[in-house]
Amino acid sequence: MNFSEVFKLSGLLCKFSPDGKYLASCVQYRLVVRDVNTLQIVQLYTCLDQIQHIEWSADSLFILCAMYKRGLVQVWSLEQPEWHCKIDEGSAGLVASCWSPDGRHILNTTEFHLRITVWSLCTKSVSYIKYPKACLQGTTFTRDGRYMALAERRDCKDYVSIFVCSDWQLLRHFDTDTQDLTGIEWAPNGCVLAVWDSCLEYKVLLYSLDGRLLSAYSAYEWSLGIKSVAWSPSSQFLAVGSYDGKVRILNHVTWKMITEFEHPAAINNPKIVVYKEAEKSPQLGLGCLSFPPPRAGAGPLPTSESKYEIASVPVSLQTLKPVTDRANPKIGIGMLAFSPDSYFLATRNDNVPSAVWVWDIQKLRLFAVLEQLSPVRAFQWDPQQPRLAICTGGSRVYLWSPAGCLSVQVPGEGDFAVLSLCWHLSGDSMALLSKDHFCLCFLETEAAVGTACRQLGGHT
Amino acid sequence: MGDWMTVTDPGLSSESKTISQHTSETKMSPSSLYSQQVLCSSIPLSKNVHSFFSAFCTEDNIEQSISYLDQELTTFGFPSLYEESKGKETKRELNIVAVLNCMNELLVLQRKNLLAQENVETQNLKLGSDMDHLQSCYSKLKEQLETSRREMIGLQERDRQLQCKNRNLHQLLKNEKDEVQKLQNIIASRATQYNHDMKRKEREYNKLKERLHQLVMNKKDKKIAMDILNYVGRADGKRGSWRTGKTEARNEDEMYKILLNDYEYRQKQILMENAELKKVLQQMKKEMISLLSPQKKKPRERVDDSTGTVISDVEEDAGELSRESMWDLSCETVREQLTNSIRKQWRILKSHVEKLDNQVSKVHLEGFNDEDVISRQDHEQETEKLELEIQQCKEMIKTQQQLLQQQLATACDDDTTSLLRDCYLLEEKERLKEEWSLFKEQKKNFERERRSFTEAAIRLGLERKAFEEERASWLKQQFLNMTTFDHQNSENVKLFSAFSGSSDQDNLTVHSRQLQKKPHSMSNGSPVCMSKLTKSLPASPSTSDFCQTRSCVSEHSSINVLNITPEDIKPNQVGGECTNQKWSVASRPGSQEGCYSGCSLTYTNSHVEKDDLP
Repeated sequence: MNFSEVFKLSGLLCKFSPDGKYLASCVQYRLVVRDVNTLQIVQLYTCLDQIQHIEWSADSLFILCAMYKRGLVQVWSLEQPEWHCKIDEGSAGLVASCWSPDGRHILNTTEFHLRITVWSLCTKSVSYIKYPKACLQGTTFTRDGRYMALAERRDCKDYVSIFVCSDWQLLRHFDTDTQDLTGIEWAPNGCVLAVWDSCLEYKVLLYSLDGRLLSAYSAYEWSLGIKSVAWSPSSQFLAVGSYDGKVRILNHVTWKMITEFEHPAAINNPKIVVYKEAEKSPQLGLGCLSFPPPRAGAGPLPTSESKYEIASVPVSLQTLKPVTDRANPKIGIGMLAFSPDSYFLATRNDNVPSAVWVWDIQKLRLFAVLEQLSPVRAFQWDPQQPRLAICTGGSRVYLWSPAGCLSVQVPGEGDFAVLSLCWHLSGDSMALLSKDHFCLCFLETEAAVGTACRQLGGHT
Repeated sequence: MGDWMTVTDPGLSSESKTISQHTSETKMSPSSLYSQQVLCSSIPLSKNVHSFFSAFCTEDNIEQSISYLDQELTTFGFPSLYEESKGKETKRELNIVAVLNCMNELLVLQRKNLLAQENVETQNLKLGSDMDHLQSCYSKLKEQLETSRREMIGLQERDRQLQCKNRNLHQLLKNEKDEVQKLQNIIASRATQYNHDMKRKEREYNKLKERLHQLVMNKKDKKIAMDILNYVGRADGKRGSWRTGKTEARNEDEMYKILLNDYEYRQKQILMENAELKKVLQQMKKEMISLLSPQKKKPRERVDDSTGTVISDVEEDAGELSRESMWDLSCETVREQLTNSIRKQWRILKSHVEKLDNQVSKVHLEGFNDEDVISRQDHEQETEKLELEIQQCKEMIKTQQQLLQQQLATACDDDTTSLLRDCYLLEEKERLKEEWSLFKEQKKNFERERRSFTEAAIRLGLERKAFEEERASWLKQQFLNMTTFDHQNSENVKLFSAFSGSSDQDNLTVHSRQLQKKPHSMSNGSPVCMSKLTKSLPASPSTSDFCQTRSCVSEHSSINVLNITPEDIKPNQVGGECTNQKWSVASRPGSQEGCYSGCSLTYTNSHVEKDDLP
């Protein structure tokens, strides 16, 4: 595993281009675009104010930089550096900005969710969409970029509008049987839209593209409901994480629950491997350093001060006592993500913040548990293979694969607190983001990493 | 027990009666004091009774006491102590027989009473102990009762408490339920309230929004603008089209197309899955048929029509299905047929398997019922034993084989012949040995006989010698009778030397011959000296000493004297001749010593004779 040098960063704004060739990062009001392979600066753009949001267009030709404070969006072209575009939302203000999937339209949400303005880069036309709902995930595009679903609120009722992205024509408009719609999400095949209610009520609704209600699912009543929802990449499963600390898996044929994954703090099943991160004493560290790293040509190996130990079951995980009399209590499944091959599901129970559960979807059972020393900040699956990268806000990055687990210290002077990470499209590298810096972490080819992981996993 | 009771009861009653009578008649009795004593010490000892009676009657009051006793006895039903009087005037005579009878009876009664009393006492003791036991039991039971009562009370109390608690809990539960209900109601009402409020607020918010919208949007806000260098081409390279009904329809079409595609895709997948499942079903069916058909041949006769038709159906179905599955039709009829046939098959298989299971379980049960449980251990032991035996046998066979091989290898001809020869020789040897032993025995016998012969010869020689000696002595006596005393003495000495064979004694005899002459003359009738000699002899048994003593000993001394006490000698001297004769008789048979003694005897004899002679 190699690490690039550390670059400056602000606002955790660092993104790979969709084609995987470039890497855009922001430093205050500057946008830096680098070549992923050489890390040479390809372009450098200067914006009018501190950038708060960046987004690559789907064709990787344009980057939008949003400056919400100023209600401004600046768009830059990678091919034509001299080309510029500035969208000013004026007094309406700006709270969100995003590309349409075609990469020629920008959707700006004004303050108070008064409307969404669709700006076209091709024509002078400007479209307005009224009554967008102010919610966590109010817009979603199908994977093929044809349709956009938008949550709306009119007359105290929730509606969903489906637009055709090519000409922003309203395709369907229907009300949803929700009290307070919180999120919508297209299935990856673009034919089913999942709609879920706010945390006050457990309700998932599934709509077809043509607006028919396919199914409604509710696990329980009178208690805090859904916290997170994720589609499996195969569109076969919908995982619903809720405040009761369970993940319920719905199937795509009957839309009924197949199974529910509990997240108990005590693990008794001896079949489950529990990886426990353990702080290494200096002596042990030296002893471990004497191990020749299996990779040739690797740089000086960073001194990793933690390692994984396979805990013998029964294991009891560290739990947080949630404060239940405040809003947004730290309980329930707050994060869940399917692996790209849909074989695994990674979850985090918010009152066991330092543990990541990995579930085997083929066998519908718990596969492994990783207990970190500190609360998990983020995790993301390798887009190419079942490999999970985890960061906990410390100077280490953790990798899990079915073969094993490893923890890697990010080199460099000072503490590089990894707050977030994002994988490159190819899965060969990932960007590790801290508050002020970022660096790239290069992983080896699949086979090499596999062996390395296995060996390390075996050792840990 | 019954006997005892019958014996004791009258005794008891009689005793009590006597006691009562005693008390009533104390005034009458002359020794009321004593009777009182009797009453006090309810069971007086016999000794006391004696003393009491001795004191009861004195010389003075015989008559009185007799009459009193008579009275007493008659009241007890005894016959009167007095003889039956003929007249009233005549003084009544005491009938001794009656008195004795009475006394006897009284004694018997007393004994009986004592026995009864003893019994009663023991019974009393027993009863007392029983009583104690019962009392203790009673107290124990009482305690138990008390404790159980207390326990009961405690339990009742607990029960009451528990009931109370239960009631409380019920109440609490009810309250809780009520509260839950209330809370739910509250929640619901709050929810409605909240929703209502929310709606209200939202409406307001919407109004405000609307207002804001109007304010912000409708005013020509110069600021809201896009500053762009030049418009870029569409990603697909096409030009944007006007929104018309056409485009709408096209969008619809497209949407449906997408949906259709999705459904088609899903249908395809389902079809594939179905096909696969069908394949599996077909395969299963085929396998079932192949599995069941050979087995069914037999049971078909038993399970007559039903299964037969089913199987024929199945076969037909199979034919059909195989035909149909080739075209991969999935119409309902086919599906029904397939499922039906599979179901039937499955039922048959199930029943068959169940039957088999039953059989197996039956067999198992039977086996278990008999001795399978026990015999398993036995079986193992037996097999172990047998294995051991087999091992041993194998080893034996091996050793035998080895031996045989060795024999065959080393000396197949010579050894056997030699062995055979040896066999004969052994037999012969045996025989020879027997003969040898016989011969040896004979030899021994012969030798024994020879020895006896020689002994006899020796004895004969000795006897002849003795006889000759006797004859010589006889001749000598005859001769001496004729000659003088002096000659006789010397001759006697000569003779002695002549028949004592040993060289040692030759000297001795020579000495003695010389010496004996002197004492012989000196010690005439000197028994004191002899007695002295006898005393000294045992102290000095050496030959030289003996010789010396001998030298000083008178002619009376002899070796026999060693065994003779002085007392013996005395009578010798008293009655000389008779004892001498006895000696000679005793000394006649014997060995050399005997001979010697005999010689000495003869020698002494001669002396005695000589002594006696004068």
